[in-house]
Amino acid sequence: MRAFLEGHIFIISFTFLVYFLAQRLQKKTKLIILNPILVSIIIIIVFLSLLKINYEVYHEGSKLIDFFLKPAVVSLGVPLYLQLEKIRKQTLHIFVSQLAGCIAGIVSVVLIAKAMGAPHEVILSLAPKSVTTPIAIEVSKAIGGIPPLTASVVIVVGIFGSIFGYAIMKLFGINNPVSQGLSMGTAAHAVGTSKSMEISPTFGAFSSLGLILNGIFTAILTPYILELMGFWIKF
Amino acid sequence: MIIQCVIIFGCLALGELIVSITGLKLPSSIIGLILLTVFLKIGWVKIKWVKGISDFLSSNLAFFFVPSGVAIMLYLDVIRDSFLPIVVAAFGSTVIILAVTGWVHQIIRKKL
Repeated sequence: MRAFLEGHIFIISFTFLVYFLAQRLQKKTKLIILNPILVSIIIIIVFLSLLKINYEVYHEGSKLIDFFLKPAVVSLGVPLYLQLEKIRKQTLHIFVSQLAGCIAGIVSVVLIAKAMGAPHEVILSLAPKSVTTPIAIEVSKAIGGIPPLTASVVIVVGIFGSIFGYAIMKLFGINNPVSQGLSMGTAAHAVGTSKSMEISPTFGAFSSLGLILNGIFTAILTPYILELMGFWIKF
Repeated sequence: MIIQCVIIFGCLALGELIVSITGLKLPSSIIGLILLTVFLKIGWVKIKWVKGISDFLSSNLAFFFVPSGVAIMLYLDVIRDSFLPIVVAAFGSTVIILAVTGWVHQIIRKKL
């Protein structure tokens, strides 16, 4: 029994099943807070703890799922290409505002965390927190953060953004639909984008553009911004 | 199906190659993403060759990072020790990004 529970096949099937049920739960309840990733992570952690299965065993078994992260990031090139074809005339506006948002995000999260006395590795883990998890994890690995911490913060930030994002933008007088969609994708990645999709496909399209561009900018700029801010980073 | 895998994994492999040759501080997957976009743009890769696999991967993106998230169980003490800085920094910075991106976009849209 033990060998079965600790085997690859059980671990992978169990992860699929939990995620499927978590998705159903959100569809039924329509509660943003019941994000399927968040719910799955909690259920799996509780399950592993109850059965006293080590994280290392789970990690070994779930490597095959992990493996698809990198090709999944590469495949984002297709929606990016399709969006770029659509927005030709607005490319400059969008690139500049994305760049501003990206830099503001990294600098602000690092400054606030540092001012509040967070340890070095926690600050590094927070730096890529606004981009879609696969990219954030890769950046976190590259700069010496704690990738699982980054992943959890990314998800929480996405949920926060999708619940309060549009209200916050209204408060700041951001009324243009293109600006709203872009900002949502920049600040709250895929979770924010799913909220934009609910409003309209146009919002969703700009949101997904924001999420991919900010992902690329964050991956390229984070190490250099941190260096400029006086962080010693080991690669 | 195989051609799709050749393209996606080919871009990823090229990304790894570029990282290992140049020592660039970038994840190989990001370079792969940029390469795929460029290849589509210049017409070396046709959209119909990669549509199926990319729809599958990008629409199920969320599932693939569940295992990475589970590793948080190893860092619960780190979170407990820095709970307030993490929450304030993450939420505060999210509000700042929304404002900065939105404002900059609205301003240059009118000016240009």
